[in-house]
Amino acid sequence: MNFEDNPAEAEYRAKVRAWIAANRPDMSHLLPEENRNWHPAHKEVARKWQHIKADAGYACLSWPKERGGAGGTQIEEAIFNQEEARAGIQFTYFMTGLHMLLPAMMEFSTDEASLARVPPAVRGEEIWCQLFSEPSSGSDSAGIRTAAVQDGNDWVINGQKVWNSGAQIADYGMMVARTDPTVPKHKGLTAFWLDMKTPGVEVRPIMMMSGDNELNEVFLTDVRIPDNQRVGEIGGGWKVIISTLMNERAALGSGTGLNWRDVIKLAGQVPSFEGTALDDPTFREWLADLYVDAEAIRLLSFRTLTALSHGKTPGPEGSAGKLLWSGLGGNLSSQAVDILDHGGLIDDPAIALASGAFQHRFLWAPGLRLGGGTDEIMKNIIAERVLGLPGEPRVDKDVPFRDIPRGR
Amino acid sequence: MNFDYTDDQKELKDEARRFLADVAPLTVARGVLDDPARGHDAALWARIGEQGWCGAAIPELYGGLGLGYVELCALAEELGRAVAPVPFASSVYLFAEALLIAGSEAQKAEWLPKVSTGELIGTIAATEGAGVLVAERIATRFENGTLTGTKLPVTDGMAADSAVVLAKEGLFLVDLTGPGVTRESVSTLDPTRGAAKLVFDKAPAEPLASGNAREQLSRIHDRAAILLAFEALGGADRALEMARDYALERYAFGRPIGSYQAIKHKLADVFVRNEVARANAYYGAWALSSDAPELGLAAAAARVSSSAAYYLAAKENIQTHGGIGFTWEADCHFFYRRARHLSLILGAPRVWKRHLADRLVARLAAEEVQ
Ligand SMILES: Cc1cc2nc3c(=O)[nH]c(=O)nc-3n(C[C@H](O)[C@H](O)[C@H](O)COP(=O)(O)OP(=O)(O)OC[C@H]3O[C@@H](n4cnc5c(N)ncnc54)[C@H](O)[C@@H]3O)c2cc1C
Repeated sequence: MNFEDNPAEAEYRAKVRAWIAANRPDMSHLLPEENRNWHPAHKEVARKWQHIKADAGYACLSWPKERGGAGGTQIEEAIFNQEEARAGIQFTYFMTGLHMLLPAMMEFSTDEASLARVPPAVRGEEIWCQLFSEPSSGSDSAGIRTAAVQDGNDWVINGQKVWNSGAQIADYGMMVARTDPTVPKHKGLTAFWLDMKTPGVEVRPIMMMSGDNELNEVFLTDVRIPDNQRVGEIGGGWKVIISTLMNERAALGSGTGLNWRDVIKLAGQVPSFEGTALDDPTFREWLADLYVDAEAIRLLSFRTLTALSHGKTPGPEGSAGKLLWSGLGGNLSSQAVDILDHGGLIDDPAIALASGAFQHRFLWAPGLRLGGGTDEIMKNIIAERVLGLPGEPRVDKDVPFRDIPRGR
Repeated sequence: MNFDYTDDQKELKDEARRFLADVAPLTVARGVLDDPARGHDAALWARIGEQGWCGAAIPELYGGLGLGYVELCALAEELGRAVAPVPFASSVYLFAEALLIAGSEAQKAEWLPKVSTGELIGTIAATEGAGVLVAERIATRFENGTLTGTKLPVTDGMAADSAVVLAKEGLFLVDLTGPGVTRESVSTLDPTRGAAKLVFDKAPAEPLASGNAREQLSRIHDRAAILLAFEALGGADRALEMARDYALERYAFGRPIGSYQAIKHKLADVFVRNEVARANAYYGAWALSSDAPELGLAAAAARVSSSAAYYLAAKENIQTHGGIGFTWEADCHFFYRRARHLSLILGAPRVWKRHLADRLVARLAAEEVQ
C-alpha cells in the first residue's frame, strides 16, 4: 500500500502542475450564464484547451502516437488527470469520445479510414456522441430495435435513438443496431460509426429537467453507411456495448463535479445559528460522512490504476464507484442548497453564491443516477457479477428477439 | 503507487487466514460467549503468541519481528474476520503503541519484549463511564507515586497484567496484579471481548516519559483506529460472505432468496460500504506505515467508514438469515456484537466524525495558506 508518487512520478507531477498553471484556460471573460456546459462560449474554451493539451502531449497521454496520443504510461495519464481536476478544470465534451467510444473503436476496428477519426478527436476538433439507448432499450441495453440491413457493400439503417448526450453538437456518433432479429437478443447486434451529417440523421433536442439542452433524440431514416464503418464483427455489437459501458463506469466512477472542497468553501460563507454553517456540528457530522465516500471514490480509482499497471482489466467492482459518485452528487447538492436556507432557492447565476453551481447540480442530480447505467442496474451487476448471486428469472434470454414480449 | 498488499504481505495474510481457520473457528468465540467469565480464549492467545504476531510491528530492538505496520494491518484484518476472542488489540494496538509513543527507553526495553511474545497482556484504561471521553474531565489522580480513581469499562481489564492509565496528570503505567488495584468483570455487548471495572486506590504507578498526555493519547488513538478499522473490515467482509452464502442456499417461493432483488440490492449496498471502508483503511495503512502528515485525517476516515460498514454488514447478515439469524445458536450475532464493540472502544462514530471534520477543515486552511 503506497499512495505516494515515486521520485519520477513526483517530478512528472510537478512538471504537469507547473504546465497547467502556465497554460490553464482563461474563463474570466465568460459571463455567469455562459460559464455552463454546452454553452457555445464555454465549449469554445474547452476545445482550445483540448487542442493545447494535444499539442503539448498531454491529451490521451497513454494512447499510441499514431492515434494522436503521447505514447505515455497509464500512471502519467492518471497524474495529469488528477492535476487537471485539482486545478478545477473539468470539461465533459470529449469524455464520450475519448473515454468510451474511441477506445472501443481502437479495440474492435482494424479499418484505417475509421481509425483516422481518432486523432482529430484527441485534438478536440471532432466531438463524438453515443447512440445506444432507445425508447424501449435503456437498462435493457440489448433490447435495441433500430434495424441495420445489408445492401451490397452498404448498410441501411432505420430506427430511433434517445438520451444521446451532446448529439446536437457532435460530429460523429457510434451506434448499435439490430442486424438479426431471428437470433436471441444479445447475438443479433452490430456496432457502427457514422457522420452525424449523413443524410437521414435527424437530431431533435430534449430539454432536461435542469433546463439544459444536452440530451437528444436521434431519428435514423434510410441512413446509408459503408461496411467499413462497422465496428467489430457482424453480430458482435454486444461486446462493443459492454466495452464502452465498462469504460464509461470507470470514467464516471473516477469522480468529477463539485466536491467536499467546494462545499466547505460554500459553508464558510453562509451564516448559521452562530458563526457560519461550517461551525454547525450537524453540518460537520454530515461532512465527515461525505468525505469518506469522496475519498473512497478517489482511492478506488487508484485500485483501477494498480490493476491496469499489473496488466489486468478493471472488473465489475467498478460499479461501486459509479454508485458512490451518483450518490455523492445528490447528497452534496442537497445539503449545499439546504445550508443556504431560503437563499438556497435562488438559482440565478448572477446573484446566487458560487454562481448557482449547487442549485444547478441539485437539478442535475437525478440524472446522475440514471445516465451510464442506473443505480439499480449497478446493484444488479455487483450482486451478480461480484457477489455471485443468481440473475433474475428471465423470459427473454433464449428466444428469438422478434418473439420477446414488449411493454410500453 | 500501489493500492494493494505486496506479494509478501498477501502471503502473510493468507497464512494467517489458514492458521485462524484452523485454530479459531467460531466455536472458540462461542466458548467465551457461553462462559463470559473467561473474557478471552487463553489457548488461542497462546497459539497467537507462538506465531510472534504480537510483535509484528514492534522493532527487533524490543523483541518484535519489526515487520511493519501494513503487515500488522493484514493480521488485524484476519483477526477481525475470525472474530478472534483474544486481547490482541488491547495489548498490541494500544498498550504497546502507548509505550512506543510515550514510553521512556527503559520502559520500552522492559515491557515491549514481553508484549511481543504474548506472555504479557497489556491494555489501556482511559474512559471512566458513560459519555464522551474528555481529558479535562478525568477524575483519576496521580499523587505521591500512586493512582486513585475508577476506570470503566476497560476492555481486557481482567486479563491484562499491566495497563496504561489516563489520569489528570498524564499517562501512567500500572501493574494490575499489584497492590491498590481491585477489578471486577463487567458484562458488555460483546462478551467475547472481556471487560472490567478497575478501581485504583493508591495503586503504585509510574509515569510514562514526559510529554503532552492529550496529544499522546490522541496519537495512540489515531494509530489504533487504523488497526481496528482493519479488524472491522475483516469482520464486515465475512458477514457479507456469510449472507451471500446463505442467500444462495436458502429457498423461498421456489427460488433462492439471493435471486430476489430486495436481497441482492441490500447485499450490494453492503458491498459498497465495505469498499468505502476498504479504501479508507488502505489509505490509513499507508499513512500509518509511513507516518504521513495525513495520518490523523486518514485515521478518522478509516474509523468512520469501517464502523458504518461493519454495523450495516452485521445487521443485514442477520436480516438475510431470517428467524434463524436471530437465535443465540446462529453465528450472526458475533458480528453484530463485535461491530459495536469495535466502534465504541476508542470513542463512538460521532466523536470521530467530529475529529474528521476538524482535521479536514484545518487541512484545507493550511492548503490555502500555501
Ligand atoms: C443524463 C443522461 C445522459 C445519458 N446519455 C446517454 C448517451 O449519451 N447515450 C445513450 O445511448 N444513452 C444515454 N443515456 C441513457 C441511459 O443509459 C438510460 O436512461 C438508462 O440506461 C436507463 O434506461 P431508461 O431510461 O430506458 O430507463 P428504464 O430502463 O426503463 O428504467 C426505468 C427504471 O427501472 C429500473 N430497472 C430497469 N431494469 C431493471 C432491472 N433489471 N432491475 C431493477 N430495476 C430495473 C431502472 O433502474 C429505472 O429505475 C443517458 C441518460 C441520462 C439520464
